[in-house]
Amino acid sequence: MLEICGTPDEAVSCITEGSTVMIGGFGDAGQPVELIEALLNSTKVSDLTLVSNNAGSGDIGLAALIGAGRVSRIICSFPRQPDSYLFDEKYRAGEIELELVPQGNLAERIRAAGAGIGAFFTPTGYGTPLAKGKEVRELDGRFQVLEYPIRADFALVKCHRSDRMGNLVYRKTARNFGPIMAAAAHTTIVQTDELLEIGDLDPEAIVTPSIYVNRLVEVPPLSRQQHLAQKES
Amino acid sequence: MSTTAIGSEPLTHQQMAKMAADDIPVGAYANLGIGLPTTISNYLDAEHHVILHTENGMLGMGPEAHGDQSDPDLINAGKTPVTELPGASYFHHADSFAIMRGGHLDVCVLGAYQVSKTGDLSNWSTGAPGAIPAVGGAMDLAIGAKTVAVMMRLRTRDGKSKLVETCTYPLTGIACVSRVYTDLAMFLIEPEGVRVRSYHGITHEGLENLVGFTLLRPEG
Repeated sequence: MLEICGTPDEAVSCITEGSTVMIGGFGDAGQPVELIEALLNSTKVSDLTLVSNNAGSGDIGLAALIGAGRVSRIICSFPRQPDSYLFDEKYRAGEIELELVPQGNLAERIRAAGAGIGAFFTPTGYGTPLAKGKEVRELDGRFQVLEYPIRADFALVKCHRSDRMGNLVYRKTARNFGPIMAAAAHTTIVQTDELLEIGDLDPEAIVTPSIYVNRLVEVPPLSRQQHLAQKES
Repeated sequence: MSTTAIGSEPLTHQQMAKMAADDIPVGAYANLGIGLPTTISNYLDAEHHVILHTENGMLGMGPEAHGDQSDPDLINAGKTPVTELPGASYFHHADSFAIMRGGHLDVCVLGAYQVSKTGDLSNWSTGAPGAIPAVGGAMDLAIGAKTVAVMMRLRTRDGKSKLVETCTYPLTGIACVSRVYTDLAMFLIEPEGVRVRSYHGITHEGLENLVGFTLLRPEG
């Protein structure tokens, strides 16, 4: 049953110490910044394992969570960004464990978890350091590497519009990991730009059906002017 | 495909990009990697009808966005704001990488630290101690497209060839590269060996000296 929460703090209050948390977004697009900041501010949980494409940049959102020492392990494809100094510091100090995964394998392992697939073989990474120690088979004339699903206790996802059932629609390239993470977590927590009434979304256009969503909070986006002002400050 | 050319000067980045663009078939679905290969899109005119894929979840990507056009929800794989063209589509990450892995993408052009004479690619890590490792979609792209090309300067800053007998940097993929666009020559990696398609400010012997192995001469 979907729970509609009044604030991001309330939405993430169920997250517990030592949990595995998937965090949507590719760079800043689709990053559920307010949910991440609520996790940072309102709950004191630590020893988290994060599953995310990036490790954040600057000192907000994902980067702030890592900087605060709340993350002990991250499964990630591209932690290095021009402004990812908080992750870099923790990694160099040996305070965060990194499992580096090719981006397509990361996506497919998350998808597999949500789809109930036990494992799969993929040619990506064969013969490279990232496939070291993994089982290899020749299938269909190609060497392929055995990869296992990645599932999580919680997923934090940002969408553009939702209805009060929990059906989701995303916007442009901010969709990225949202649909697959929503399906791969035990509890999926979504922040939506706009919360609509049941029936207001075209059923043909829904990207994530309500069955994958457990908790929902409306966080209206900053206006364009506010966004630009925030960037400049 | 253009025939043998012996230019008297090395190619500029723009000329390399133009050459790579001219080789992308009309109507192809293509992915242009971060860095040098991104500039290829400047030479794909409307008659090319090339549809650009970006691995963060879009087909029909348009040119870079500037000023008011820029939208934080619409970025390319290098996280630069871009635009959408009519007929564009969006999809999630697993679908986006299934487009590659499933062999649907016609061409991808990547940057590289090294390419071996059998088409092995190293482009994600120099293995330097203390470097923050990051791989992104490099390994998926390397094995995913029907044709994988590399665009790079042929020499490192200290003058060594980046086309090598065997890659010494950590591998991205094995026997995956079939074309290499460089400032000094364009190479085709074939089962019989590496064939030169065109020379730019260098002779065949000069090129062999630089790369350190025997090269096949252009056909025809």
